[in-house]
Amino acid sequence: MRGPDRTGTFHLAGSAQGPALVLSQALSFWGGIDVETGDIIDHSHPNLGGNIAGKILVMPSGRGSSSSSSVLAEAIRRGTAPAGIILERPDPILAVGAIVAEFLYEISMPLVVCEISGIVSGDRIAIDLGEDAQAMVSKI
Amino acid sequence: MPLELNAGDQSMLHGEQGSAAAAAMKILVAFAKAVDARKLLDIAGAHIDGCLYHGQASLDFVERLIEGGGRVRVPTTLNVGSFDLMHPGLVKMTAAEEVPARRLMKAHLELGCQATFTCAPYQTRFRPGFGEQIAWGESNAIVFANSVIGARTNRYGDFIDLCCAITGRAPAWGLHLIENRRGQVLFELTGGLEPTDALFVGVGLIVGQRSGDRIPVISGLPPPRDEDQLKALGAAAATTGAVALFHAVGITPEAKTRDEALHGLVPEQKIRISCADIDHALARLSSVPDGVLLAAVSLGTPHFSYEEWMRLLPLLREVAPGRGVPIYVNTGRATLARLQDEGALAGMGAFGLVPVADTCTYVTTIIERLDGVVMTNSGKWAHYAPGNIGVSVAFGDMEDCVRSAAAGRVVRGAP
Repeated sequence: MRGPDRTGTFHLAGSAQGPALVLSQALSFWGGIDVETGDIIDHSHPNLGGNIAGKILVMPSGRGSSSSSSVLAEAIRRGTAPAGIILERPDPILAVGAIVAEFLYEISMPLVVCEISGIVSGDRIAIDLGEDAQAMVSKI
Repeated sequence: MPLELNAGDQSMLHGEQGSAAAAAMKILVAFAKAVDARKLLDIAGAHIDGCLYHGQASLDFVERLIEGGGRVRVPTTLNVGSFDLMHPGLVKMTAAEEVPARRLMKAHLELGCQATFTCAPYQTRFRPGFGEQIAWGESNAIVFANSVIGARTNRYGDFIDLCCAITGRAPAWGLHLIENRRGQVLFELTGGLEPTDALFVGVGLIVGQRSGDRIPVISGLPPPRDEDQLKALGAAAATTGAVALFHAVGITPEAKTRDEALHGLVPEQKIRISCADIDHALARLSSVPDGVLLAAVSLGTPHFSYEEWMRLLPLLREVAPGRGVPIYVNTGRATLARLQDEGALAGMGAFGLVPVADTCTYVTTIIERLDGVVMTNSGKWAHYAPGNIGVSVAFGDMEDCVRSAAAGRVVRGAP
């Protein structure tokens, strides 16, 4: 069964597939993620104990310290990062982390800004490059 | 609207000025698009918060820029690292931790950055001027530059501060633009408040908590004794919140009047701050009661200024604490060199004084007894140290801290 496609803007272009992990609250990667495992360790976050590795991480926005750029880049290097990230609002801090990881390690973890309503945790999501470098997000 | 790049930007982007400049410009362009900037602007200086080791990616990034011939294009200062290069025995690390931590600091020097290793670059000869466009990392430095000096920076950080330094450019958005520096939420202090150090910390804590992403205007703040009190206010506000700029009416340079701070508009919200609010905010900084045994004192977060040293040293001579409770004082290496040149620190070790340069006692392993109580005059240190290094904290002003060191236990409000 194929859900309705939606288009978005890439902060960092790439393609990825994986199960959605939808966070109702923004998560700061710095202080919020264990970079060795991808576990969510922020005790004030409702998804405490979840794991982001290999997921399509869906959340309203990024949050917090600019050190989140480093944590995301390091997680991408270690393979504990999400397969892709979908945000409702642009986040320059995560964008920098993703582009630095691509520069250093040639790993393109797509980071998309688009409407996130209708995506629930566990949906299998595919992110692909569409026409005019748009991001195509679909349920598969 | 697309991002407009000038000929110099294009030249860097296309690799005509080396691969490091190309990479830095590419990252900067991605960032500029993410913040919806229309163009880039020239900066006069940068402050890089990249010397704390967060993992291999931090070091790989700097090494790659060095390989690509990277060189900063503007005067660029460095924030603290994980290691005190001036006092190598002070930081306790395994070799596996020490090697990359030291390499990260040195690698930044190879890019042409200045070996300042201080979170208070505004105390150095690289202090910017009013109205200058800069790209600074480190939250206390950012809020100080914007608020106390009237220089213009956004909250830059990891990687992007260095990309600005390598390219000499920053996205034209946010606080770089005058129209975005308008105060939005008005904090009114009531009651005749004395300009104590603690007052400025307390106001900072509340302003940080309640401003959200809006720019605060503070009215009713008594004239500060010196800029160190404004440093403490800003550092506290940038700890409990994301404050990058505050206006203090009649005190800071873009707030000669309330109207100027608000750009002639009405505030979106007014919040009163009472003495009780301040007392409450300060009380929350201490996790232990008065009278408990003290393991150490930590001063100088943000880094102790020369003027603060000139207040501390006579106090140490007067109170004459023994060596039992170490008094760590974090400071910039330039300030330390000046004190040493003047012979000001001679004999001070007998009072337990341990100067720390290039780093800070809450980001690395310096304090001997992490199971104990540490007293500090810093709202920022009190907030972060329990999570970072596991200590319990008592907050008090500088004099309370020194008297407590002498007593070996927490005493506050001593005559």
